[in-house]
Amino acid sequence: MQSDRPKWQELELGCAVIVPGSTREYKCGDWASMTPKTDPEKCAKCGVCWIFCPDMSRYRDVRTGAYDVNKFYCKGCGICARECPTGAISMVEVSD
Amino acid sequence: MAHRKGIEVSLGVAEAVTACDVDVISAYPITPQTHIVENLSEKVAEGELDAEYIMVESEHSAMAACCGASAAGARTFTSTASQGLQLMSEIVFIASSLRLPIVMAVANRSLSGPLSIWGDQSDVMANRDCGWIMYFVENGQAAHDHIFIAYRVGEDPRVMLPVMVNMDGFQLTHVIEPIELIERSELGDYIPPFVPKVQLNPLKPLTIGPASTPFMFTEAKKAHEEALFKSRAVIEDAWAEFEKRFGRRYKAVEQYHLDDAEVVILGLGGLTGNARAACEKLRSEGRKVGVVNLRLFRPFPAEDLRKALSKAKVVAVCDRAISYGGTGGPVASEIKSAFYGYTGMPYIASFIIGLAGRDVRISDFEHIAKRAEELANRGEPAPYELLGLRE
Repeated sequence: MQSDRPKWQELELGCAVIVPGSTREYKCGDWASMTPKTDPEKCAKCGVCWIFCPDMSRYRDVRTGAYDVNKFYCKGCGICARECPTGAISMVEVSD
Repeated sequence: MAHRKGIEVSLGVAEAVTACDVDVISAYPITPQTHIVENLSEKVAEGELDAEYIMVESEHSAMAACCGASAAGARTFTSTASQGLQLMSEIVFIASSLRLPIVMAVANRSLSGPLSIWGDQSDVMANRDCGWIMYFVENGQAAHDHIFIAYRVGEDPRVMLPVMVNMDGFQLTHVIEPIELIERSELGDYIPPFVPKVQLNPLKPLTIGPASTPFMFTEAKKAHEEALFKSRAVIEDAWAEFEKRFGRRYKAVEQYHLDDAEVVILGLGGLTGNARAACEKLRSEGRKVGVVNLRLFRPFPAEDLRKALSKAKVVAVCDRAISYGGTGGPVASEIKSAFYGYTGMPYIASFIIGLAGRDVRISDFEHIAKRAEELANRGEPAPYELLGLRE
């Protein structure tokens, strides 16, 4: 087991989380086995992926106007790839 | 001052809850627990007890309300029995894992079906592994006293666990006994104010009961288990302090004529009274019989039991529940495993008695003692026996 994780003696009573907003620290991107990859040639910058993303893991790159992925949160559900009207997004395996 | 009064045991429990000055009560009425909560709702309505009585539509909600109240820092009480405990079961496990020191009186009753309102210990045994501290009381006085003891132990900062006080439905809850009632004014600091370690408070937001991934869950369980084991020292301290203040001594493993006993009848709750009477009778006939009343079931006092039963040749364990398809009564199985690997293990015979309120008379305990000895003399393991089964 990783040594940076808390020992049983170090847990709060009843496993309470005493710091509010701590969910932001939780890297649910760890769950992903697939991750979206956008072909910039096909991307119309329409923002459909951003609208459909259930985890708000899509964000707009202000320089290019295209939509990038926050891989800290993206679980790789593939909804963006399915909904993309130009077929610019494909799901690729997460490499270690 | 404490006054001795002839009172129904259920009402004696309600008197104790009132003296403990609880803040919140949430319960759903179910036979044979009803008189406890009816009486408490009356006391709240009459202004005798300054508490919130939360009416709910089920036991599941009762325990959920208790969890919320306790998490907010309220001294909380509930009571149930049988099907009610099963319906509440999901939240019973959550109360202990959230380390909320709720006190619950369980008027032990059989589980349907066939539908039965009569008493046995099937309900609590089905919730054996819920992670609460569990007492079994044998008379009205012990029922009354253990409400105080439960709050002192559960709310102790070293413990912070819910406590279940088990009492036989009807055979205990509905009888009138002389009880020395402890008044609030006599309590002093026996139960210090409840100071929660982790508290729901809008001014200081936090999360109680979050999800856990596999990498935290094992550690969370270990912390819970360790707290339950460590509560034993606090339980002993609470009993010792109780004796000092109120004069009555309680032990995890109550022993009766054990010094020279060869055959020991072991049970939980009120029926051990008849076992003691049978013990007297058998002793007058020259048989060396003793009785053990197991008052503390969780944390399980394995070491105390090994010590108490070290000289016994035969132990007849009397369960009021069946562990279907298992290896005997649930308590008998635990007594056997307490001895596993230790030398001097007595012959352990398992009897299932008093299911759904079936009478267990003094003569039945005489039979149990003799039958256990007979099985031991055969020298081979025997399956459990259902006392008085027609076949």
